[in-house]
Amino acid sequence: MVPDDRKYTQEHEWVVVEGDTGTIGVTDYAAGELGDIVFVELPEPGTEFSQGDTVGTIESVKAVADLYVPVSGEILEVNEAVADTPELLNSSPMDDGWLMKVRLADPTEIERLMDAGAYSELTGG
Amino acid sequence: MSDQPVLKTTPLTAWHHDHGARMVEYAGFEMPVQYEGVLAEHAACRDRVGLFDITHMGEIEVTGSAAGTWLDSLVTNRVVGVAVGGIVYTAMCREDGGVLDDMLIYHLDAETWMVVCNAANHGKIAAWLQSHLPANGVSLDDMSDRTALIAVQGPDSRDLLTLLEALAGHSETVDALGFYETFSLDGPDGRWVVSRTGYTGEHGYELYLPNADALGVWEELMAKGADLGVQPVGLAARDTLRFEVCYCLYGHELGEDITPLEAGIRWAVKLKKEAFIGKDALVAQKAAGVPRKLVCLEITGRGIARQDARVKTGDRDVGHVTSGTFSPTFKRPLALALVAADTPDGDLTIDVRGRDVACRTTKFPFLAARTKGDPRAARTLSE
Repeated sequence: MVPDDRKYTQEHEWVVVEGDTGTIGVTDYAAGELGDIVFVELPEPGTEFSQGDTVGTIESVKAVADLYVPVSGEILEVNEAVADTPELLNSSPMDDGWLMKVRLADPTEIERLMDAGAYSELTGG
Repeated sequence: MSDQPVLKTTPLTAWHHDHGARMVEYAGFEMPVQYEGVLAEHAACRDRVGLFDITHMGEIEVTGSAAGTWLDSLVTNRVVGVAVGGIVYTAMCREDGGVLDDMLIYHLDAETWMVVCNAANHGKIAAWLQSHLPANGVSLDDMSDRTALIAVQGPDSRDLLTLLEALAGHSETVDALGFYETFSLDGPDGRWVVSRTGYTGEHGYELYLPNADALGVWEELMAKGADLGVQPVGLAARDTLRFEVCYCLYGHELGEDITPLEAGIRWAVKLKKEAFIGKDALVAQKAAGVPRKLVCLEITGRGIARQDARVKTGDRDVGHVTSGTFSPTFKRPLALALVAADTPDGDLTIDVRGRDVACRTTKFPFLAARTKGDPRAARTLSE
């Protein structure tokens, strides 16, 4: 079940756009693949990144995954609750487990991301 | 067409698939890495009882009038003198003292011993034994392909094990079984070897069974253990469980480039033994000063140090992390590291993917094993 209110990336991130702000997280699928998530490192608010930059890490007991920023822009806010309680990423990756908000530098980047149908296909339905 | 090698399976592989396990390649086998989740499985074994399919381990039976003395000449610990029903943990070294493998050696019967080695080293150890075989008095039988191995581990493991139909008449024997002791019985399809051993730091048992008996025993343990909260446990939690009690894992704390004196298993090296392969090198290393030591580190900064991360004191590189993960029991990242012997206790840093993360040395082991004494003894997790 992939919600169609947002866009998706090959790296299993999602973006919800409201005005010029994008809220970013990792998908249910990615969280499930990683297993029990125990550590999250997020970028400093105020930093600017380009689409595809590595901005942090997500670690489960066994694995380390890079966190990429799927759109260019300035980090406005990160979800401190996730940094303190990484298991939020397993319990609510698509909602309470959001990771960061970005001021979109180039809204057209969003158009090039996958929609729910394409992402669903990528992850085998 | 695929270039993928065909992976070996165990009598329980289909069961793992049917019960939601995530399967991975491990030492040429297709093995379950997790079922419900590593944290839940880890906790089940610490608090209740867990079942492990570890059929990938190698079992080589060594028989003959000279079997004991021959094995004694190949390993660092003392085999001669181990009574029937006893088990010894040991390293097997090359001439230069590097570790070929660590293993258990069971004394099953007067002239019958069983070597249990790591799956990843099984071929190497079988070949090493074969190439050192004396002309007379010892024969080898590699039983690995026809032997299944199930570990029953946790404070409730004794209660669960004795529910097995086949052990109904053996409950007194099970109760009397001390840590690192073993007994055998006739199962429906051949010999069963039961031992009070394990790789979790908990009270536990390991069952060596003919392949044909394995699925029935596993399903019986799952069914009869339901009230105890039995949980199948995958390789991921097997690793976090052994890590917290600082049991060495070959390829991490042990290897051909690491001697057992460095790896913190000096207690399993008897330099007063008359002779064994690697003794001269180890005696010389001890005399010259063992260059490295295994230390326990708690990460005080933010990050999880993984295997191979460099350890530093100031600007000096002193060694590397051999195993590092988030500890489910302590709920914080911990690491084992092999460092220069003169590395001072106290504050160090670890290079975690380019970032210096603070850590400090702490007591060995992180968590005390409950393999002897009260299996439910209270634990103190204070720092």
